[in-house]
Amino acid sequence: MFGKLDWSAVPFSQPIPLITSVVILLAMLGVLVLATVKGWWPYLWREWITSVDHKRIGVMYGLLGTLMLIRGFADAIMMRTHQAMAVGGGEGYLPPEHYNQIFTAHGTIMILFGAMPLVLAFMNYLVPLQLGVRDVAFPTFNSVGFWLTASGALLVNVSLFVGEFARTGWLPYPPLSENAYSPGVGVDYYLWAVQISGIGTLITGINIVTTVLKMRCPGMSYLRMPIFCWTALASCLLIVAAFPILTATLAMLTLDRYLDWHYFTNTAGGNPMMFVNLVWAWGHPEVYILVLPAFGIFSEIFPTFSGKPLFGYRSMVAATLFICVVSMLVWLHHFFTMGAGAAVNTFFGISSSIIAVGTGVKIYNWIFTMYGGRVRFEVPMLWSMGFIFTFIIGGLTGVLLAIPPADFLTHNSMFLVAHFHNVIVGAVVFAVFAGLEFWFPKVFGFRLHAGWGKAAFWLAFTGFWVTFTPLYVLGLQGMTRRLQHVNVPDWAPGLYVSVVGVAILALGVAAQIIQLVVSIRHRDTLRDVTGDPWDGRSLEWATASPPPFFNFAVMPDVEGEEAYWDIKRRALESQQLGPEPDYAPIEMPLNSPVGIYTAFFTFVFGFSMVWHIWWVAVAALVAAFAGFVVFAWRDAHEHEVPAEEVARLDRARREARTALLARLPREESAS
Amino acid sequence: MHHRPARRTRLARALAGLSLACVGGCSGGVLDPAGPVGAGDAAILINATFIMLAIVVPTILLAFWIAWRYRASNTKAKYLPHWSYSGRIEAVVWSIPTLTIMFLGGLIWIGSYQLDPFRPLPSKSPPVEVQVVSLDWKWLFIYPEQGVASVNQLVVPAGRPVHFSLTSASVFNVFFVPRLGSMVYAMPGMVSQLHLQADKPERLWGTSAQFSGDGFSDMQFEVQSVPQRDFDAWAARARGAGPPLDRAAYAELARQSANLAPRGYGSIDPHLFHAIAMGAIAPAPGPAPEGQGHAGREKTPEGRR
Repeated sequence: MFGKLDWSAVPFSQPIPLITSVVILLAMLGVLVLATVKGWWPYLWREWITSVDHKRIGVMYGLLGTLMLIRGFADAIMMRTHQAMAVGGGEGYLPPEHYNQIFTAHGTIMILFGAMPLVLAFMNYLVPLQLGVRDVAFPTFNSVGFWLTASGALLVNVSLFVGEFARTGWLPYPPLSENAYSPGVGVDYYLWAVQISGIGTLITGINIVTTVLKMRCPGMSYLRMPIFCWTALASCLLIVAAFPILTATLAMLTLDRYLDWHYFTNTAGGNPMMFVNLVWAWGHPEVYILVLPAFGIFSEIFPTFSGKPLFGYRSMVAATLFICVVSMLVWLHHFFTMGAGAAVNTFFGISSSIIAVGTGVKIYNWIFTMYGGRVRFEVPMLWSMGFIFTFIIGGLTGVLLAIPPADFLTHNSMFLVAHFHNVIVGAVVFAVFAGLEFWFPKVFGFRLHAGWGKAAFWLAFTGFWVTFTPLYVLGLQGMTRRLQHVNVPDWAPGLYVSVVGVAILALGVAAQIIQLVVSIRHRDTLRDVTGDPWDGRSLEWATASPPPFFNFAVMPDVEGEEAYWDIKRRALESQQLGPEPDYAPIEMPLNSPVGIYTAFFTFVFGFSMVWHIWWVAVAALVAAFAGFVVFAWRDAHEHEVPAEEVARLDRARREARTALLARLPREESAS
Repeated sequence: MHHRPARRTRLARALAGLSLACVGGCSGGVLDPAGPVGAGDAAILINATFIMLAIVVPTILLAFWIAWRYRASNTKAKYLPHWSYSGRIEAVVWSIPTLTIMFLGGLIWIGSYQLDPFRPLPSKSPPVEVQVVSLDWKWLFIYPEQGVASVNQLVVPAGRPVHFSLTSASVFNVFFVPRLGSMVYAMPGMVSQLHLQADKPERLWGTSAQFSGDGFSDMQFEVQSVPQRDFDAWAARARGAGPPLDRAAYAELARQSANLAPRGYGSIDPHLFHAIAMGAIAPAPGPAPEGQGHAGREKTPEGRR
């Protein structure tokens, strides 16, 4: 009746997962009760859960990513403290079967359920605004993509208290991940969670590619798009190219585990090395899927806070596309040590280091953007400068790892661990926080408290280097990663210092949370009434903060690379806004519950597949598919916003702008 | 292959001395090589680091100098609100990384060929053959020429190349002796090659560098580099001293276990290694279905295998 599922799946005898699960369940229950008592459900259902507005979906992606970032950070705290206690004969507090799940969950969650949703949050929110359009190409599809990612995340977290998670590392290399060596449900949880969220990511990728290619506002030619849109396009092209590889690879492993096939088994002609090959053919582009939008975020921040255009715009576009293409040709550097031979290693070593040309150009262009500027060191700019320093060092160690003979000494070592945190934290996470500070006023209508933001930056920056510098040293001393206990007592000092670093990072997280609370409490004094709090340059700053649900009352007409900057300069010169446009009714897509409906049944399907509850799995799959069929036969999919409503909302914005104009000095004469 | 290993080694040692945690005397890392392969790898690592530092340090300084010089409060710096293109600077910023990578590309090309783990080391003496089998969670070393075998203990003659043939009986592992240099995967159904050499008699240690399951943390082994005489004496002593490594003994050894003390086998089955690598012997078993009761394990004997 219930497949393999019975009460032994709940970890009653293991206090750590049990207590964690109970606390999480109580917290979730608390939120549900609160929402019910306060009567928030109709609002949540109407405005958020069934919303197909790209901005709402972007915010929900951000919320999901933030929650998962905190979950992944909790795993990191456990790993670092446990390892520091389990060095030189210590036992620590996590047995191998638990520790191994934690590092697997940490990697999986941080990349696929933390960083990916956060990056997708920025792309979802910003791309239509920056392109001057009203939504993404397929709004309902967008909602389906988000909710599928969310149900994948839920499946990972359910594994904490029903069963177990994979204990194989975040990429489950066979044969360890085959039934023979991982008979539990952990790998199955991994497979279905990643598979479901991977489909969600692919949907969003297709959506953004289509939006950028087909839906720009009048005058927004390719070479007038903000760099962030270029990086979003490049990133989503990589999603479309690479995620199907992941889907196929995991499907093959699933067939091995469920139907006794032999793609990657030790026996019957299986070849486990092919999994490694295929999974990295997705895995390395994945790194650039994350980092390219991060570069895009910095490319928006440097010009804004330097008060001048981005240096070498066309170079930046070229470098972005160069990285996009070459990133598909480097995956073998993850296994130089599998003995591919000198010719193959040479090719992939050189192709990997060539990527540094693209990133190097970008770094110089950001530096020269500041040249001749008036650099304001607001919080987003602090993160950006922290990024420049951190990412250059991470790039250096990355090129070292791309040199096969150097990799022969450092593959899978703590040096590698330090390197990829150096680039992923230094670029992606720093970009997320820089972007959060930068666009928060646009999204929520008030700025974040600068003092707490600065504190959060300095704590995170210091904490990062104190955590990971010792890991570089440990790696050079021969320490490999994923050790549940450490037999070499000489490595203790490095591990201890790293724990201090994690503590500083935790203070940074606390400062970030305090910043949010303080800002919400003082939201009236921090209010952004103008819609343009930073003296911005691209179109998202042309609308109100927060933007109306239709983004722009009339489609902007773009005449240059910095669409909004041009409009603003015209207004400053003539000391007035352009004439009031003729407002016309706007067609906007209707809300749809198909996203959450499909995702719910997909979650049920995944969970039943994990536990071999076949009848529920079949029923859930049919139900999920039925949702699509019903949606496909809908009669109405848009509603009309009357011209008067558009005019009313836009006149308020124009009044605020006019008031701002009166306060500003005339266009500065420095030009 | 390495014309100036001595100088490189000294440089590497000096750098190892600089690394902070080594102050109190450390167990020896990859920057403290004990043989030509390790010295070659470490030299490339260090050379490449210095080549890149020559670009990276000025770039970081430039970034912070420009940011500070053009801070909004500095009224002396000239404000150029429209300056966003300079063909000359563009040419320079594309050239610097391109030239650096071309230079490093040469290093990669030459290094990959010179230090290919499959490539035999130049030496007057023929290499010692060692067959390596990674098991859950221990290492089996078979000496086909000496007719002996050992677990978790590798003995090699100093100053003479060693040719390792590696395979795995179960899951992936990586054979790695940090101070000897290059690591290589041991994979089921495949045989990889590795050539290493220890320069002088020394006690070293090795490990697996690829996570392989619950007992992975104890997959370390001791490495003794000894004079040729002592190596011969060790092999002679081992012959006949331990039990034979036949199929039955291997089947016992292949079951999952961790933290095994070093042990020897007095005689070997000469076809054992190839039988393991070619799948003539079934892969080593994984966890027992009802072992270590934890959630979600297959509990029934008809559970899929």
